Amino acid sequence: MQTYDVAENGLRGLNAALQAQSDETNQTSWEVQNPKGSHAIAVGLDAPIEVTVKGSTGYYCAGMNQQATIRVEGSVGPGVAENMMSGTVVVEGDASQYAGATGHGGLLVIKGNASSRCGISMKGIDIVVHGNIGHMSAFMAQAGNLVVCGDAGDALGDSLYEARLFVRGSVKSLGADCIEKEIRPEHLELLADLLERAGANARPEEFKRYGSARQLYNFDVDNTAAY
Amino acid sequence: MCGIVGLFLKDRALEPELGSMLTDMLVTMTDRGPDSAGIAIYGAEADGAVKLTVQSDTPEADFATLAVDLGAAIGAEVTLRANSTHAVLELAGDKADQARQAVRELRPGLRVMSDGAAIEIYKEVGLPRDVADRFSLSAMSGSHGIGHTRMATESAVTTEGAHPFNTGSDQCLVHNGSLSNHNVLRRKLKREGVRVESMNDTEVGAAYLTWKMQNGSTLGEALESSLKDLDGFFTFVVGTKDGFGVVRDPIACKPAVMAETDKYVAFGSEYRALVNLPGIEDARVWEPEPATVYFWSH
Repeated sequence: MQTYDVAENGLRGLNAALQAQSDETNQTSWEVQNPKGSHAIAVGLDAPIEVTVKGSTGYYCAGMNQQATIRVEGSVGPGVAENMMSGTVVVEGDASQYAGATGHGGLLVIKGNASSRCGISMKGIDIVVHGNIGHMSAFMAQAGNLVVCGDAGDALGDSLYEARLFVRGSVKSLGADCIEKEIRPEHLELLADLLERAGANARPEEFKRYGSARQLYNFDVDNTAAY
Repeated sequence: MCGIVGLFLKDRALEPELGSMLTDMLVTMTDRGPDSAGIAIYGAEADGAVKLTVQSDTPEADFATLAVDLGAAIGAEVTLRANSTHAVLELAGDKADQARQAVRELRPGLRVMSDGAAIEIYKEVGLPRDVADRFSLSAMSGSHGIGHTRMATESAVTTEGAHPFNTGSDQCLVHNGSLSNHNVLRRKLKREGVRVESMNDTEVGAAYLTWKMQNGSTLGEALESSLKDLDGFFTFVVGTKDGFGVVRDPIACKPAVMAETDKYVAFGSEYRALVNLPGIEDARVWEPEPATVYFWSH
């Protein structure tokens, strides 16, 4: 295993070393020490490596990830796994605002709570939050799945497109054009797979599904009040 | 952006360390706000006395005989403790208003940074490290304190535009964000007779809270009503003589992280401001909820 001490060797060196790994690397396992809330830890990776961050991080941890599995043994600041394309990011603690924003693929698991705007504009990413999420989550979410084992805050799924939202607990309020929908067998199957991959101790039958009412896709003057 | 830090000590044994802990937090937030920095520190209070912290661009000339001149003007004993561009004047509490007026007449170039029994405010333009060194902030002790690193958005980079703002005895406020209705509120507050000295939006926020409290609100109630009356984005951290409060607007896009142990409550715009605090590994760390008032007092 490779170890890298951010306090001693700096952040640029860390990202340069991680970004230099390729599909053929034999340095497949990395441990990042002393993150101390630094920004942009382990961003832009594109190799099937495993990175464990020993502590909490600042903004944009694991952004733009492809292929890599990044595990944070702490909490993360705003914008974790932003614009992820593939791979897996697991946060053992809490996540701040806009976790998984604009993600195109891969799996983001937050074992604690996520803050506001979780999954904003998600475009194919799967996000599983073991705890609660804050307000304006999945705003303008286009594709992918957001699974929340706890509660959701205000305006869930505002101006939603085709992303699927599953919430086990309460939803404080639904955003414009977001409605509750029936759970069909294919959704239970999808949920079971996501919950298992995320290590979440919950049963698919306990969730409610929310999605777009598809009234706001095209501009209609009768809908102006809903925007 | 702007960076905010705050530290409220529950364990009195840590009081001699307050300045050094806050300075470390403040300097860590430099890249959120390199324009100016300031710190409000609640230190030892003398019985029945008030401290006026004043600032001058020409401290040697202004401070030389200020204590004597001011003492003669208000007919009371005044002591002066100079610290770079700032000086702390200590005098009988019932002479505070008179002294503030007399200072204005005796030394028109002086600015009163704060008044109160416990509060002292030190702020200047420049990098947080330079500001902290200039005033030897790390050597200061106290029960609680608040700091700010500024990235100017709503008014000029000047000492008056630096935070914290003190608009009522022992009250202070720092702000990350921008208020969009500060001009209309400033006019309203001035009509109500509230003192607002700069064109800075944050000072209006501070003065608004002072005005509310002068009209019978508790700090908690004033903060609650600020959520309704202030338009814009804000994370506020406020200090009172024995208290420390936090509130974020309902949209809550300005960052905030809090940590609490049995020894302290700490606030930072980012987690990395808190990483060197003792026992942070085992602290309860959380993000304050939008439109929710948090407050601690001794």
